[in-house]
Amino acid sequence: MMIPDLSTHYLGMTLKNPLVAAAGPLTGDLDSLRRLEDAGASAAVFPSLFEEQIEHDEMEIHNFYEFQAFSNAESPNYFPEMVNYNLGPDEYLEKLGRAKQSVSIPVMGSLNGWSDGGWIRYAKAIEQTGVDALELNVYFVPTDPKITAADIEKQYVDLVAAVHQSISIPLAVKIGQNFTSLPNFAQQLAEAGADGLVLFNRYLEADINLETLEYHPDLVLSNRHEARTPIRWIGILRDQLDLSLAASSGVHRAQGIVKLLLAGADITMMTSILLMEGPEFLSTLLKDVSEWLIDYECDSVEQLKGSMSQGNCPNPSALERANYMQALINYTSRY
Amino acid sequence: MRDRNFVTVDGNEAAAYVAHQLNEVIAIYPITPASPMGELSDMWSSTGKANIFGTVPDVIEMQSEAGAAGTVHGALQAGALTTTFTASQGLLLMIPNMYKIAGELTPTVFHVSARTLATHALSIFGDHSDVMSVRGTGWALLASNSVQEVHDLALIAHAATLQSWVPFVHFFDGFRTSHEVNKIEQLSRDDLRDMINDEWIQTFRQRAMDPDQPVLRGSAQNPDVFFQAREAANPFYNDLPQIVQETMDRFAALVGRSYHLFDYVGAPDAQRVIVMMGSGVGAAEETVRALTEHGEKVGLLKVRLYRPFDTKAFINTLPSTVERIAVLDRTKEPGAIGEPLYQDVITALVEHETGDNGPKQRPTVIGGRYGLSSKEFTPAMVARIYEELQAEQPKRHFTIGIIDDVTHLSLRWDPEVSTESSEVTRAVFYGLGSDGTVGASKNSVKIIGENTSMYAQGYFVYDSKKAGSVTVSHLRFSPRPIESTYLIERANFVACHQFQFLNRIDVLSTVEQGATFLLNAPFAPDEVWDQLPQEIQQTIIDKDLKFYVVDAYRVAREAKMANRINTVMQTCFFAISGILESQEAIQHIKKAIEKSYGKRGEAVLRRNYAAVDAALDGLAKVDVPAQATSALHRLPFVETNGSDFVNRVTSILLAGRGDLLPVSALPVDGTFPTGTAKIEKRSIAQEIPIWDPEICIACGLCVLVCPHAAIRSKAYPNESLNGKPEAFQSIVWKGKDLPDHLLTIQVAPDDCTGCGVCVDVCPAKSKSSVKHKAIDMLPKRDHLQRERSNFEYFLELPELDRRELKTDTVKSSQLLEPLFEFSGACAGCGETPYLKLLSQLYGDRALIANATGCSSIYGGNLPTTPWATNAEGRGPTWSNSLFEDAAEFGLGFRLAVDQKREYAEYLLNQLAGEIGTELVETLINATQENEAEISAQRERVAELQARLENCDHPEAQRLKENADSLVRRSVWVVGGDGWAYDIGFGGLDHVLTTGRDVNILVLDTGVYSNTGGQASKSTPRAAVAKFAAAGKTVRRKDLGMLAVSYGNTYVAQLAMGANPAQTVRVFHEAESYRGPSVILAYSHCIAQGIDMSTSMTHQKDAVQSGFWPLYRYDPRLARTGGRPFQLDSRKPKLTFEQFAMKEGRFAILARSNPEQAKRLFQLAQGDIDDQWNYYEQMAGIEREITSDLREEQQ
Repeated sequence: MMIPDLSTHYLGMTLKNPLVAAAGPLTGDLDSLRRLEDAGASAAVFPSLFEEQIEHDEMEIHNFYEFQAFSNAESPNYFPEMVNYNLGPDEYLEKLGRAKQSVSIPVMGSLNGWSDGGWIRYAKAIEQTGVDALELNVYFVPTDPKITAADIEKQYVDLVAAVHQSISIPLAVKIGQNFTSLPNFAQQLAEAGADGLVLFNRYLEADINLETLEYHPDLVLSNRHEARTPIRWIGILRDQLDLSLAASSGVHRAQGIVKLLLAGADITMMTSILLMEGPEFLSTLLKDVSEWLIDYECDSVEQLKGSMSQGNCPNPSALERANYMQALINYTSRY
Repeated sequence: MRDRNFVTVDGNEAAAYVAHQLNEVIAIYPITPASPMGELSDMWSSTGKANIFGTVPDVIEMQSEAGAAGTVHGALQAGALTTTFTASQGLLLMIPNMYKIAGELTPTVFHVSARTLATHALSIFGDHSDVMSVRGTGWALLASNSVQEVHDLALIAHAATLQSWVPFVHFFDGFRTSHEVNKIEQLSRDDLRDMINDEWIQTFRQRAMDPDQPVLRGSAQNPDVFFQAREAANPFYNDLPQIVQETMDRFAALVGRSYHLFDYVGAPDAQRVIVMMGSGVGAAEETVRALTEHGEKVGLLKVRLYRPFDTKAFINTLPSTVERIAVLDRTKEPGAIGEPLYQDVITALVEHETGDNGPKQRPTVIGGRYGLSSKEFTPAMVARIYEELQAEQPKRHFTIGIIDDVTHLSLRWDPEVSTESSEVTRAVFYGLGSDGTVGASKNSVKIIGENTSMYAQGYFVYDSKKAGSVTVSHLRFSPRPIESTYLIERANFVACHQFQFLNRIDVLSTVEQGATFLLNAPFAPDEVWDQLPQEIQQTIIDKDLKFYVVDAYRVAREAKMANRINTVMQTCFFAISGILESQEAIQHIKKAIEKSYGKRGEAVLRRNYAAVDAALDGLAKVDVPAQATSALHRLPFVETNGSDFVNRVTSILLAGRGDLLPVSALPVDGTFPTGTAKIEKRSIAQEIPIWDPEICIACGLCVLVCPHAAIRSKAYPNESLNGKPEAFQSIVWKGKDLPDHLLTIQVAPDDCTGCGVCVDVCPAKSKSSVKHKAIDMLPKRDHLQRERSNFEYFLELPELDRRELKTDTVKSSQLLEPLFEFSGACAGCGETPYLKLLSQLYGDRALIANATGCSSIYGGNLPTTPWATNAEGRGPTWSNSLFEDAAEFGLGFRLAVDQKREYAEYLLNQLAGEIGTELVETLINATQENEAEISAQRERVAELQARLENCDHPEAQRLKENADSLVRRSVWVVGGDGWAYDIGFGGLDHVLTTGRDVNILVLDTGVYSNTGGQASKSTPRAAVAKFAAAGKTVRRKDLGMLAVSYGNTYVAQLAMGANPAQTVRVFHEAESYRGPSVILAYSHCIAQGIDMSTSMTHQKDAVQSGFWPLYRYDPRLARTGGRPFQLDSRKPKLTFEQFAMKEGRFAILARSNPEQAKRLFQLAQGDIDDQWNYYEQMAGIEREITSDLREEQQ
């Protein structure tokens, strides 16, 4: 029995297999990061640096000291000043640097910027920690009806171009799925300098608390059916873009991983399943993927990758029409 | 000569800088205005700053100044160089130890920001009444007159005490010097080392207690030797003046600044001389300079070493030509021949034998009082004193700075006299406490002082409010050192940082001809003129002002700085004042921003820089028209006609013209009418709560939690609703207790502070738009007129008959009229809702003993008081004795009340035949357990009074005078945790043991809130506070359980925001219990670092995490065999961390020191678990008391 070659290429890097730990609590902790490496992860994305969080914390500290300061003759202030507040990105960057040093697999930084200058400033800072690549975690929730889709796309593209010019390590862009013409938009990102796309970001969605009647932000773990969306879009994009494509969302089982590879993903990224089952579960997935390849008599991942892209699959229209037709037929045929 | 830095610091920092480097132990207790010295020392030590000996001083906060003094005494005895900082009553608490320390010839220096002693009133401001009270202790008294002198003489004092063994009080004027920021030359560490001789320290160590060389000190002595031993120390005092002078001379040789025991300035051949000490010397010296330039023969003798008083040096310092001397004392000793310095001067002159240097003939000496409680002391007053010295018969005793129309001691001065130099830039800034004006002004002083060759001075005036307080910053910049120790009277630059001030305050009252006026206005430059009150327009035209405007709030908002306009206004000031070149100024401002805020992160800096950069774009000069055309006018401060007293006095205070009130206007004994806050319509809210009756469920929560009694509910009979304003709304009262009644929830729009707490707690949400509640915060400008009319009408509606309603629920209790309203407490204050509830339930028969602290300030700081009266004229009667003795003070109330009642009962029995036995018996035996019974007793007392009218028995008049005491009185002791847990704990503890009917309400914020957040024994573990910068390491004292241990005390812990029903119940149970009660009331506070608008709902987290369990311990239940301890909160369902991370006081530790936070958070969680288990066990215990004991307790 021949052992299949699991290696793949992503952002110009050769990875030993297509199973990558996505940004999450497990990659942010050095101990669990090592466990992921031991379990066979081929790379890891460190949790995002959130510029908004940094700015928020800094302003909170500022307000904490300035609130009602010098308002009263007897109490010029209410709190002693501290030696330092561990604010800003320093602690994050130092931890990222240590993460990179502590494992031998590639480690990618991740950045969620907020201000125009912040993206570039922090992208450079992350690059200087020695990481192998940078993933931009971009999202913008438009609420103003005057803002057009083109406006938003331009924001993304300008941003990617600016960051691309400021760093020399490979650049991936993690985006959401809600773009009217994703292929066109992906093309623009590629032209702006993105070396790869991560499909897709799962957003923090607010839920309603029925007791307090308030929204509360709550991140729920993905389920395996969510992989359908990246399967489709990777299938569509694979043949049309000369870009690395990473599948993210709903990567829970070996079958899902294989499907994503078939559609054209270079790597698959996972978080939820590892949080549920533990870092060691990655080795099970790896084993299952390997066995599937053996059963399928496939020599390598590279061989498999994109073999069911829109251009390579026997029924490309299925990807275009969505599953509606299929589902409808199935439904009616039951009676 | 050494290179030394120039720094701009205030007097406190100037003293503390030296003290921290020359001591090993610093034991302190917070008190205004000395607290910053202790806080700075604590900060330096906590960051590892070493003294000149190489060790980091141990700074320890004690439970009181008495405790601090004891610790200082002990540390000195055991051989550590030790100091403390204090003021006022704090110094008095140290007196017993001061006698001991001096009696044992122990070297130390106490640095004192001299502050007024509380007499007829407390005052936080400066005079010499405190330091004059320690004249007899045997301490040297050394006076500093300016910030530089504070710095220099602090060192001289430390050196001289070590050499002489005599302890020193080094004092300087509270606020005027302690808080004045001025440019000084900073002494180097080498300077400090060079002034301290190692041998002195060696001797000090050798004299210390040491078991290797044991001694007995602090013995008890008998008549045979005590006297002689007391005299044995005489040589040390005889030698001291010379040692001090030699120390000053060494200092002069080292540093270049020369001081003497007494320093003289003025004409060498002066005939008229003023003798004084303290900050007033600055104004006096400036005047002397101006007068001598005009050839006047005047001079000034500055006293530095006041004790021991060196007669010879004093005489020799006076010019031989002196004929007349005015001695000025900044203190008052009623009944004395004259004030202390005056008496000393007279004695010195009498003892002086002619023929020495000094006066050729004995001069005439007059004595004057000035400057009590930081009363302004100006060159105009100094000039007037010199003028008086020329009078044919000068007043032997006089006052200056006030108008005394009673005993006619005052000298009238010409306020137009000014000695301000034309080379001085004098800038006055009006701001709000919350807008950062003072901080920016201090920064500006530092920028000029530390980056240019110019000198700079800053002094800051605050009003007495905590919410919406107005600040006035007085800044001077000059090429020469600035000695002007008085407020700016002629400003060549005025900035008004708040547009609305123009309607209330005459911000241009001190502006000079041709000056610059900078206004923050929410209007375009071409629109602003028409928005100004006519009075302002006229002054701008008449004074030919250069008028600039900037919309600083817009600029700040755009720079994401919210409402922090400080850097915007500061930049504009530098741009148009011309003190520095604009670009240079901007660079300095940015550097200053980096220095101040650098640690807080890049975003903070970036946004501040953006505000600076954008400021000048928004700045514009206004073309001033030739005519004042505005239809708008400045509003009067008092809009309603009050009592005669209010019209004569309070309204003047409110107008900021209290300095003009003559002596006759003021009460002779510190007694003021209550109910005055309501006339002060400050109208500071931007948004006010607006009621939607359609949704309201009439729960009363909004009214309960309102810190300012600015939202109210009233139930009234249907038929009373006549002639209502069109917009006035009502709903039907649904309770069966009040049939045919309507209910209205009404805001007092001009009294609301806009804190939003009422809206946060409102549970009634609209079904169609969840954000819309039964009350919403809406822009005041849209609702003001309507709500004003509504509130006026609301007040006219009849108050509920208290007999008709059971007041044991939140809803019903909130129908009672609050007799605590519109205080100046912080917006969203967590203390005041409890006081308001107290006033609603028992205000008409309450006596309140209030410990010093926030509650005594918002409760009793002039100009007005929130304590109010009802339509019958009844209401809480309130007094503050001291910080430390509120429990004892309140116990005294109870003893007096009971004694008066006993006397009344005695008289009733004496007069039973005249009055009628039945009435007498009912009066004596009435239980008065509820409103109906109390009301019935009031009616019986009225009947008694009526019957006594016709009674000619000799005891009848006495009974008439005491009859009111037959109505049950409710005695309350109120204070914060600083009082209850620390300084007043001994008294509180003792009062509980008396078993007397006193209700103690502890407004527990977990810190000394009033003095700025120092740790108390109520400060929880892991919280950051001053003197606990690394997080409090020990757990909060369980005061409740200590009280429970007596078994005779009703004890409850409550949190209004978590369980309002329990709160109301506790008040009822505590008040009805005829023994001592302690209520520990969770009081959120800005010193906890929380969002004040959600503070009440946040209390739920405190309870749900077990951080603040709710309980009641009722001894009555123990006596009946029940379970006296009842837990009113459920098992914790949040972790301590979940609660703590919502509060800045804990979260800041997680930021600054994550490991320490982790450790302390775990310990704090352990405290909670431990305490909860204990309480659960307590709650399970049924008391079985033997019948003997039960009888005894009953």
